[in-house]
Amino acid sequence: MITQIFQYGFMVRGLEAGIIVAIVAPIIGIFLVLRRYSLIADTLAHVSLAGIAIGLLLGVNPVLTALGTAVVASLGIERLRNSKKVYGESALALFLSGSLALAVVILSLAHGFNANLFSYLFGSIITVTSGDVWVILILAVIVISTLSVFYKPLLYVTFDEEAAKVSGVPVRLVNTVLILLAAMTVALAIPIVGVLLISALIVIPVLSAMQLKKSFLATIIYAEIFSLVSVISGIIFSFYLNLSTGGTIVLIMLTIFSGIFFVKSLEG
Amino acid sequence: MLEEKKGKFNRVNHHKNIIEVENISFSYPGGENVLEDITLAIHQGDYIGFVGPNGAGKTTLLKVMLNLLTPQSGKVKLFGVETRDFRDWRRIGYVPQKAVNFEANFPANVYEVVLMGRYSAKKILQRTSKEDKEAVKEALQKVEMWEFKDTLIGELSGGQQQRVFIARALVNNPEVLFLDEPTTGVDKKTQDYFYTLLQKINRELGITLILVSHDIERLTQEVMHIACVDKTLTCHLSPEEYLSESQSLHLHGKDVRVITHHHHN
Repeated sequence: MITQIFQYGFMVRGLEAGIIVAIVAPIIGIFLVLRRYSLIADTLAHVSLAGIAIGLLLGVNPVLTALGTAVVASLGIERLRNSKKVYGESALALFLSGSLALAVVILSLAHGFNANLFSYLFGSIITVTSGDVWVILILAVIVISTLSVFYKPLLYVTFDEEAAKVSGVPVRLVNTVLILLAAMTVALAIPIVGVLLISALIVIPVLSAMQLKKSFLATIIYAEIFSLVSVISGIIFSFYLNLSTGGTIVLIMLTIFSGIFFVKSLEG
Repeated sequence: MLEEKKGKFNRVNHHKNIIEVENISFSYPGGENVLEDITLAIHQGDYIGFVGPNGAGKTTLLKVMLNLLTPQSGKVKLFGVETRDFRDWRRIGYVPQKAVNFEANFPANVYEVVLMGRYSAKKILQRTSKEDKEAVKEALQKVEMWEFKDTLIGELSGGQQQRVFIARALVNNPEVLFLDEPTTGVDKKTQDYFYTLLQKINRELGITLILVSHDIERLTQEVMHIACVDKTLTCHLSPEEYLSESQSLHLHGKDVRVITHHHHN
């Protein structure tokens, strides 16, 4: 019965894309969570929505336009934060509401792709094309290889920005790299979980793993396991039970989080 | 006592300036001057304590010296190089004020925290080498924390955490160590251990120590020089002179400003 899922091309593509996203999201998520940047994923997702609207309007692959707007916005946010003229979280609020407004206006200009848009809001593996899988794969390779280069300074800056600076770590560059990678991760996760649930994918597995109180490396590994289990089982469940994929994945993640939270609070 | 401190390391040249602070003035955006026209030199092998009331600018001065803050006027030279051009940060160790920077739930163990000290601009692309691992072990052994290497940093006591941060600062075998209020929130017994450790670092390893603290009483028992900061540099003395001066300050009021730098050879 389980093999039935592989008879459908879209399901195979969905699983492929899902697994790639499940691997990438936590390793970028752990840096965002620890730097109290969790909401940046949400902001960039809304920015991506404007990008998707532009893509649908122009007939370009929406994942690409989403990526473009997310990257531009991430640099804008970082710049605004560094200027110290606007509080960090206010910069996020500006971009979040602004891009949502832009998306809505573009969509009202061009009628007719509302159904399509719905799948980008909540994620739908049915709409994952083989083109999408390639885009996601390439983005994932870029994110992971950049992270492996910047892993050490990123960890240092995340743990103690001042000490990192005194050690000669180029803090500004490292911060910019992090936010760019966040933008890429958000863009590649959109087809799977949709705009509204992206931050869940990036944040929740990390929060679950952090409760286990392990070393940094072990925390990443646990977050990866939780992420992969949730995404794969979420896709399979949603297929057989005819549920929303993104919603199912996020609910499974939350169940894992709650389970660990419950057991840990029993322990002490 | 001071003579005894100096006798033990001949290889350290006590006349060599390693840090020069020249006419530094600093203010935060839109605020009044926190530091005003501060000039001083720190010599190799010195153990200097910056003291002063809360908000007097001690930590700010430390951050200016480390190029974490840019002064409005004046300059700082580290090993003869102006801080903005200084690249050789491995020669400098820094132990920040712990409560400010530290996240208790951070998932990193002691080993990982000390290993961070080995990262620098040059090493971005390099893998963790055998040399790195040995340096971490050595640094943790110096502060007697090697047995805790697998413990999460947040699960240690305040004093133990501080020792780990000192190990992180020592991991590159620096020539100077900057410590910002290192004994805050640490009990008396841990403080004693801590100051003994610092004496060892200064005398046996020949590392210059620059310490910011509000605990004047304790510092006068430990350091070679006391520098009083209260927006300006109000004194630069040996602890013995400081103690006698502070008595006369009480006697004569605040007009007495003594800025001298004595050398005992």
